[in-house]
Amino acid sequence: MVTKIFTKEEWVRALKGAKDDYRIYLPVKHKDFHAFELLSDETAPDFEFQNTRLSPKSLIFPQSERMFEYSLDEKDGEAHIVKETPKDFYPQAVVGIRPCDAHALQLVNVNFDNPQYKDPWWVKRLESTILVGLGCNEPCSTCFCTSVGGGPFSERGLDVILHDLEDVFLVKPITQKGETFINKLGQGRMADDTLSDKAEAKARSSLEKVTSSIPTGKLRDKVVTELFEAPFWEEVAFACINCGTCTYLCPTCWCFDIQDEVLGKEGDRIRNWDSCMSPLFTLEGSGHNPRSEKCQRVRQRFMHKLKYYVDKYEDGVQCSGCGRCVRYCPVNIDIRHVAKLMNDFAQ
Amino acid sequence: MPEYETKIREIAKGLLEDGKADVIIGYKKGSIPMVNEPVLIRDPNNVENLIWDSHCALNLCNYLTGRKERIGIIANGCNSRNIVTHIVENQIKREQLYIIGIPCTGMIDHRAVKRAVNDREILAVEESEGRFTVRGKDFEKTFEKKDFLQTNCAVCLHPNPVVYDEMVGENVKIPEGINPFKDVEEIERMSAREKWSFFADLVSPCIRCYACRNACPLCYCPTCFVDESDPQWVGKSIDPTDTMTFHFLRAYHCAGRCTDCGACERACPVGIPVRHFTKKLNKDALDLFSWEAGLSLDQRPPLDVYRVDDYNDFVE
Repeated sequence: MVTKIFTKEEWVRALKGAKDDYRIYLPVKHKDFHAFELLSDETAPDFEFQNTRLSPKSLIFPQSERMFEYSLDEKDGEAHIVKETPKDFYPQAVVGIRPCDAHALQLVNVNFDNPQYKDPWWVKRLESTILVGLGCNEPCSTCFCTSVGGGPFSERGLDVILHDLEDVFLVKPITQKGETFINKLGQGRMADDTLSDKAEAKARSSLEKVTSSIPTGKLRDKVVTELFEAPFWEEVAFACINCGTCTYLCPTCWCFDIQDEVLGKEGDRIRNWDSCMSPLFTLEGSGHNPRSEKCQRVRQRFMHKLKYYVDKYEDGVQCSGCGRCVRYCPVNIDIRHVAKLMNDFAQ
Repeated sequence: MPEYETKIREIAKGLLEDGKADVIIGYKKGSIPMVNEPVLIRDPNNVENLIWDSHCALNLCNYLTGRKERIGIIANGCNSRNIVTHIVENQIKREQLYIIGIPCTGMIDHRAVKRAVNDREILAVEESEGRFTVRGKDFEKTFEKKDFLQTNCAVCLHPNPVVYDEMVGENVKIPEGINPFKDVEEIERMSAREKWSFFADLVSPCIRCYACRNACPLCYCPTCFVDESDPQWVGKSIDPTDTMTFHFLRAYHCAGRCTDCGACERACPVGIPVRHFTKKLNKDALDLFSWEAGLSLDQRPPLDVYRVDDYNDFVE
């Protein structure tokens, strides 16, 4: 596959030229943070960011999605028949996704696309998405991707990776899908060895800039019931206010709730992101709630990511080390601290 | 503020050792700059973890609801007013509490600081005598704290605790000539249409994580109206109507109770200035009922009392 070089202006111009063939999402600076936005002629993308506030997970798995619709009009011959709401799987490209967030989609994929279950909308949307990663020259102090199987230039889950070399992007296709996308852009020149070497050296040096880590090596061998009953949960959970910041900002949280909304005689069945931090998450129809206490909910979040997932999929932890929950938790509950408590725990 | 910290630790240690309190609720230093973690301390040997600086912005009154033990709690002006509200609303008993009062000089708006360093990552913050210094990889900058106060702290008229058992320092001077409702007045001048679009824009980034609600000490309902499922009052998607319904209704539930502590705004992960909703209601409570929340243990909030001699004519 051919690695290309684009000046930054060329790159944006080339993307704008391809916006009829693909829906292209790019990082744009809002007031205080960056978010992925659909590219239009007016879009001014900003690639000078550490990471977007929200991960681009919602572009594959929307926060709210209409699944089905139905009529409650008895005069309608098809009343009460639930029909799939037409979905849009137009090809899309997420340009500037950080390697941790692409890695995260792979971690979520085992839930939505496995031999037992296939979530048709997740599968089709991921298939129709091209992930053009932007390697991290300057990882944050709260990033710990390298200890969870990723890295600032990890290619896992990406179709293309961009190396930011100040004036130019080195654009390296990783999959066939990625190469097709780059060819369609039609511009850029072949990368020479000097620039390729420079990109590699920069990527290597950024690896050392990831200074934070979580220990995970001993999680697999812990007895799940012992960890569950560990004495530290009460202390970990004290400060938690049970908001959904950690779960909604997390690129690997996949839980959803299904709701019916009816207006007049028209009904929609919608799925919405849900959060295990909310008491409603586990409230049963009988009124019983197996996780009525906040300590139980906090424990669930960490046990799911750092123990149940580890045991079930045997592919490491359900965390890509993006550090969002560390940075934005309003009460500073830090997964790096909790992982250490869990990993070091001895009965 | 090291002098406060020494005093806080001393009092906390004494309370635990003498058995006057079973637990102490305070803050410990956070793992990242400009965020501290609320902490519960039972062991007198752990009081060294207690701190006080300009990043203690999450309202500790949240952690009182329904507790049964005797609690030592640190409280500045707004936190103490929420404690009063909690006592008046029967969420905690005054006898259970030993309130360590803190004269407050305000909290630093971490978002404003990040803006001031062009969003570069801040790795360390130090403060002393009204100034603070932030450090990052290749920068160091010193600012005046007064220029970077949280927007609620910048207009605070009650920095000193209104109820306490012991103070850690002298009361701070109450600032003069501050109009706390300047921003509300600007919105009041808008037309209905302008207001609608102003508030629609304001809540548009909302992800319904409920951090604002959960950070609010007033929001202690066993089941919030947005979580009711039978009947379900509000849709759970991110449809703008539902999101606005949540914000508007929550604000109304805080009318005459909000102390403008700013915890809601501080907690919001997407930076929505949530106080724009509650402040108008604070202003109304002041204009209509001469009422500011949480100043007295002997008076109930205006919206949950009935008086035969009410001067408004709707009583008749």
